[in-house]
Amino acid sequence: MQLYLPIAEVSVNLFLLLGLGTIVGVLSGMFGVGGGFLLTPLLIFIGIPPAVAVATQAPQITGLSFSGTLAHLRRRTVDIKMGLVLLAGGLLGSLIGVRIFKWLSEMGQVELLVSLCYVVFLGVIGGLMFIESLNTLRKSRKPGTVKRRQRHVWVHRLPFKMRFRTSHLYISAIPPFAIGFFVGILSAIMGVGGGFIMVPAMIYIIGMPTAVVVGTSLFQIMFVTAFTTILHATQNYTVDTMLALLLLVGGVVGAQFGAIIAVKMKAEQLRIALALMVLAVCLKLAFDLIVTPDDLYSLTVGT
Amino acid sequence: MRAWVGALLLLASLGAARAEEVVASLSQNQVSITAFFDGSEIFVFGAVKRYSPPPADAGPLQVLVSIVGPIGPVTVRRKERVAGIWINTDEVIVDRAPYFYANASTVPVREMLSHTDQMRNQIGLPWLVDLRGAPEEIADPFDFRDAVVRLRSSEGLYSELPGAVRLVDETLFDVSVPLPANLVEGDYTARVFLTRDRQVVDSFETTIAVRRSGLEDWIYRLAQDQALIYGLLSVALALALGWAAAALFRYLRP
Repeated sequence: MQLYLPIAEVSVNLFLLLGLGTIVGVLSGMFGVGGGFLLTPLLIFIGIPPAVAVATQAPQITGLSFSGTLAHLRRRTVDIKMGLVLLAGGLLGSLIGVRIFKWLSEMGQVELLVSLCYVVFLGVIGGLMFIESLNTLRKSRKPGTVKRRQRHVWVHRLPFKMRFRTSHLYISAIPPFAIGFFVGILSAIMGVGGGFIMVPAMIYIIGMPTAVVVGTSLFQIMFVTAFTTILHATQNYTVDTMLALLLLVGGVVGAQFGAIIAVKMKAEQLRIALALMVLAVCLKLAFDLIVTPDDLYSLTVGT
Repeated sequence: MRAWVGALLLLASLGAARAEEVVASLSQNQVSITAFFDGSEIFVFGAVKRYSPPPADAGPLQVLVSIVGPIGPVTVRRKERVAGIWINTDEVIVDRAPYFYANASTVPVREMLSHTDQMRNQIGLPWLVDLRGAPEEIADPFDFRDAVVRLRSSEGLYSELPGAVRLVDETLFDVSVPLPANLVEGDYTARVFLTRDRQVVDSFETTIAVRRSGLEDWIYRLAQDQALIYGLLSVALALALGWAAAALFRYLRP
């Protein structure tokens, strides 16, 4: 059944959209990632204009992370104070990200920007994850010393120190603010929540306990993507609510199944599978940038 | 007063010269784009009204039906390989191009209509897709114009349908023109031409209003006119759905 999307102005198969939402939902439930990094390229592949695909991800991620945040709040695994510092940076980042997005879309370079960001970030993250999970797999086979997590010393020398009770930290507010800011920009121009950057950054740079990392990042993502939605809606007019809600319906259902599957798999296997998937999306996008396109010309209605 | 008489006389003389008139109608003058819009079809039909038999030496009667969608400027960009990757570099604005174009006729257009009459009546893509000027540094601006025609043809938005019009006894004609699913809102012009000896004998023109309707229309207007409210509403709906999902699954799996 075809559905005409009012903002994207394209007619797409309803079941294809629900299916995409569900598949990405299953993956996000399995790996504990938002799945925006998979959904945005997939939406572009099926013919949604890139500007609409990116902007529409924002409300979709808001909804998904809201259900996640609720669950974490109940378990008290959200460091709200840390979340607010990350959020302050995130809101500023989103503001700048949407501005960059608007500016590049007027120049006709949005597609390039989105693709390049994806190739760079997915390549780096996927590569690092792959190497690390291979190492842990190798180490788990032969018994040896477990390396202690290193905390960066420079982080502790910065000014504006704050106490974060839930995370048992007394550190400068600058690193979380900067991380939030950076993720805010990415969220606005890539149509992602940014968990895949924020979670490792919170563990390795800020040194937060793993238990509160996911809840806190979801808390930040929820607010930042809500803000990004409003900015995209008022500045670029590219948020397709109908599309977002359909993807969300598929996504929330899929995520529940994903969570069930995840329990039955080993953590190392999950991480290798996720790393491979991230690398596959990265390679596909890189390939599309390098290979000669079918038609060198493209049209945009208006001037 | 004299001008009026002159005009009336002119009209009368035209009427006399025009022994054949077209009477035509469309299956619909209004197309609604609803949520489940999956393309449509416009059925154009009509008859030829005659006051006297056509001259014996006249060529066969031909019919052309043209439907042209909202006309506006189009920005065309061309990719070039820069440092190994393909990047949009050159940009040309094609001043006027219809979004939708279908030219259905009994025989190919060049066989039924002179070049002059095609130009005079703006029939065919050479006249409708109009590039007036391009930046000086672009050596081949007409490639950009051709790209509009090529890309829109491949999307099913531009079509030439020679032989699609059925003409019975030089009197009754009909044709069905498909409208694709990726239609946009606007006023579309439908025109019917009767030709003999590569000259226009008579023509008929009407408008097809293509409009979003129902929910589609409401969402689109809200997003355009009340962007802030629309953004807030999008967030609220997403949150409500996220909360409902969480509540539902907590109930299902305590």
